[in-house]
Amino acid sequence: MVMDYKRGGTDAQQYVWGGAIPLQIHLHDSEVTTLPPPPPALILAPRLGYLPLLVPQIKPFFSSSLPPGVDTVWFEYRGLPLKWYIPTGALFDLLCAEPERPWNLTIHFRGYPGNMLPPCEGEDSVKWSFINALKEAAYIINGNCKNIMNMSQSDQAELWRSVLNGQLEAYLRVSSKLKLDIVGDDFAFKLNSTTSHSRQSTTDLDTTGTIRTGRIPVRLYIRTIDEDIDGLEDAPIVDSWEKISYINRPVEVHNEGKCFTLYDAIKTLLPELFKDEPSVDSNTCEAEVKGGQNSNEGSSKSTEERGEAQTERAGLPSDSAEIKLIRIQGIEPQLEIPFGWVVNNLMNPEYYLHICIYVKVLEPITI
Amino acid sequence: MSHKSWDGTLSSTEFYVAACAFAKQWRKFNPSLPQWSWVTCPKRPWISHDNQVGYLSVENVILPRLSEEADQKGDIIEKEECVSEYEDEVVDTAVVVHNGGPGVHRYDFHAVYSASYRVPVLYFRAYCDGKLTLYSCLQLMLYFATLYGQPLLLDEIEKDIPVHSAELLIKSKWTFMTQEEHPELNRPWYTLHPCGTSEWMKLLLSTDASAAQSGIPVEKYMISWFSVVGQVFGLKLPFEILNLVGADTIVLLVSVNYGFVTFLVVCIWHLNISLTFADRY
Repeated sequence: MVMDYKRGGTDAQQYVWGGAIPLQIHLHDSEVTTLPPPPPALILAPRLGYLPLLVPQIKPFFSSSLPPGVDTVWFEYRGLPLKWYIPTGALFDLLCAEPERPWNLTIHFRGYPGNMLPPCEGEDSVKWSFINALKEAAYIINGNCKNIMNMSQSDQAELWRSVLNGQLEAYLRVSSKLKLDIVGDDFAFKLNSTTSHSRQSTTDLDTTGTIRTGRIPVRLYIRTIDEDIDGLEDAPIVDSWEKISYINRPVEVHNEGKCFTLYDAIKTLLPELFKDEPSVDSNTCEAEVKGGQNSNEGSSKSTEERGEAQTERAGLPSDSAEIKLIRIQGIEPQLEIPFGWVVNNLMNPEYYLHICIYVKVLEPITI
Repeated sequence: MSHKSWDGTLSSTEFYVAACAFAKQWRKFNPSLPQWSWVTCPKRPWISHDNQVGYLSVENVILPRLSEEADQKGDIIEKEECVSEYEDEVVDTAVVVHNGGPGVHRYDFHAVYSASYRVPVLYFRAYCDGKLTLYSCLQLMLYFATLYGQPLLLDEIEKDIPVHSAELLIKSKWTFMTQEEHPELNRPWYTLHPCGTSEWMKLLLSTDASAAQSGIPVEKYMISWFSVVGQVFGLKLPFEILNLVGADTIVLLVSVNYGFVTFLVVCIWHLNISLTFADRY
């Protein structure tokens, strides 16, 4: 992560850490024992957080209505049990083709689907899952998990607390001790050398916007759409996790001096979807980066428009599938943006970059 | 892979080769046991159409019923003899092996490649009377935790090795079972955490004399790997299969298969040496 805890992180990091999804949580019908039924709970869910962590806030809305028994909490969206170990923002980006605000979820306190989801005992389970992911990311970046294993108890507690409470500054302070450097310090420093409202000069970014050779932790969620749709709002709902392909594979970066872009990263993970593509001209990298910077600070709508244009260009149909959408932290970044910038600014606190990709499949796939 | 610089990991292609080799070796030496087979993942447009994307699977492995008396030292020898009989044999010892009647615990084991750790990872599930049972997994974990797991090991080891190494053992979490989503099957399976795997694989295979000439033999990888992870379940490879990996590795593997405590002491001893000479290993 960027070692700039004095300023509290880059603009983009602050946006991401401050990002939240409004949720409207309904108690499942089978668990309503009072008349009238309790109204839904309205809460803001941090993008970088996890649904089980919200239970203490949600439960008071429903506790008087629950049937007797032990709580085994789980969430569901339109019939799909939600995987609690996927960050809330990634779930939203993946399952809501057209962002739904508020996002209507159903909560259950009974009948945990143990054949589908690993058990979750509240905050401890989420914390364990988070630390595990962090270890895996550390192994990918450094070749070993020593930095995580050797964390002092107080550092670990502070790290978790900063994630729990969405405190970027505190997080950067502790995480800098982990020495998980993906981009060189040079790049990070130059990116933060100006105040939040001035424009970055492209000369700062172009020569140093290179990512170190190595491996970058990435989690890819591919949602297949096998119908012809006009717009995202027509996308069929995900009624089974079989419709989502999960790829937990690091991006291998070989720094050859050329700018390694987001496009390059996705191409290395899913080469089969880019078979007909000529390689991207790296000279476009510099000019597009400035555009990318601006769009991030501007409205999300213009970003989406630009993002769509880029996606269309990149996702030329291979024989059987084409990319319709690439979404990271709720935005569709231009594919020419240096991958180092994307990782540095849009990654989750466990050092993973979560990327949602919608793929239109031209042939039906058998599940 | 060059011998000296090998870090205990392998690529996904090497894993495929190693897995196929292991399945063949197993068939040759354990023809009466359930066999390993490669399961190819369903075709997806973003995956290249080759058979290498998949995992190694063995199903319906019957482990012996675990009785309370078996944790006494005298019974352990007998138990070791009968755990290698998986099916259709009843052995008259203190631990009774069921040959498929009701109440038998059957296990599925999958070896799935982890692109993050670059090693195979073991996933497993248990069934009783055809129904998926998490309870028998927990029973198994509990039983082996007391026999082979950290609490007992720490007691024994702490007496003999320096305090620093005991701390290392606690921190490194050698045997570590959790429940996680199976990477390919969208269901929760039990798994052994992979984060120590490359280290003990490096240890096991780096001592192989033939490796000095031709690099680490991928064909021996899975035998060594399974020797260790199978140990957690009391699954021991017959001596004949261990013969394939060569004389030096055998010393370590024998200790793995017939004395997990010995194995760990050896590992810790090796690691101690590495730590004094290098900043990282």
